[in-house]
Amino acid sequence: MNSKKSTAYNNRLGIKGWVYAGKYTFERYLYLAHRLTGMGLIAYMLLHILETANRMRGVVAWEGLMGLFALPLFKMIEYALFAAAVFHALNGVRLLMTELGFFLGRPKEPVYPYSSSIKRHRPLTYIIMALASLIIILGGSSLFFP
Amino acid sequence: MSDKTTTPREITFRVRRFDPDVDTAPHWSEYRQHVHDGMTVLEALHQLKAEQEPTLSWRSSCRMGVCGSCGMFVNDLPQLACQTQVLHLGTDVVTIAPLPNYDNVKDLVPDLAPLIEKHAAVKPYIIYLDQIEIDSPTGEFIQTPDQREEFSQFTHCIKCGLCLAACPTVATDPLFLGPQALAQAYRYTADNRDCGMKERISAIDIFHGPYQCHLAGACSQACPKGVDPAFGIQLLKRALVLDSIGFGKKKPSVAKIMPLADVVKAIEEFAPPPRTV
Repeated sequence: MNSKKSTAYNNRLGIKGWVYAGKYTFERYLYLAHRLTGMGLIAYMLLHILETANRMRGVVAWEGLMGLFALPLFKMIEYALFAAAVFHALNGVRLLMTELGFFLGRPKEPVYPYSSSIKRHRPLTYIIMALASLIIILGGSSLFFP
Repeated sequence: MSDKTTTPREITFRVRRFDPDVDTAPHWSEYRQHVHDGMTVLEALHQLKAEQEPTLSWRSSCRMGVCGSCGMFVNDLPQLACQTQVLHLGTDVVTIAPLPNYDNVKDLVPDLAPLIEKHAAVKPYIIYLDQIEIDSPTGEFIQTPDQREEFSQFTHCIKCGLCLAACPTVATDPLFLGPQALAQAYRYTADNRDCGMKERISAIDIFHGPYQCHLAGACSQACPKGVDPAFGIQLLKRALVLDSIGFGKKKPSVAKIMPLADVVKAIEEFAPPPRTV
């Protein structure tokens, strides 16, 4: 007879369940993008403090660093940062509005086929995403073609 | 009535197996069987157990989407096995795994204890502070159809736990109260007979509470009863914000008690139309 003690298997998805949006709807991907851009912006804040601290090392060190940041690679990173900030800010406005109960409709008796608040506020989602895309494109054109 | 006259199609079922007495980790087993139109995943599992794999375990009861026992991860989405038709999935290979974000007891059986514990933690019952009225009632609580509609949607929860399996926040934060409990917290908070916001707030307005939800909407997509738990969470957030700035519901005046003598009159007022047959 097997002497192994019966124990349940830990089936928590962990980071994979957070990152992999799979077959879920558009909003599930926005959730992922909102968190990733949020973490990216926090990381940038820390790096930005380190970067500006270089000013204390003198003008030569500072200008050397600025020369490094003028390289095309850093232009691309700067643009990605800009795009992340725009997306995070506008999607944050959408989340704030829904958290205060706007654009979600009213509760009603569920009758099949069910209508969810997620679908009801989708026009707002599309408008916000279109606005974010427009700002990101305009920002890119002014950054790369001043 | 299902149409069994069409030719059955052969489908491969990839089923995740785990026996805690033998295995240290789950493994996948494949079975092929014929499926006819209208056959649900639950019926397919019963057939599979009867004809090929007698040791296969899962949990189910009503077979009609009411008991909420047969939640499974079917083709990478949490679904009730009894409400999911195999051929509607549109794939020749159907993968069936236990609900994620719960401990796996055996094969397709999840341990739903955390769901029930979180549900109980938000005090899912009407709290009325006037104990004298509770002990010696002088009348009945009045609730208009409009007041009922404020929370009625959320009363349809069958505690199947699909929403917690779908929630990406629950995946990384085991202490997050989750869509089911938070929607139920709103269900009772929004009830005009309830005076429990102050008692309930210590359980829900916490770090692992509603503000961890960033509206992924996966819970509402997974919910088999149209409860829309994501909606309940947003409405709960609004109720908490309004309460914190002093614009919350003024309790207990909202719950009106009608003297018993007037109840008969009210019943007549809300009575259905006379029978015609």
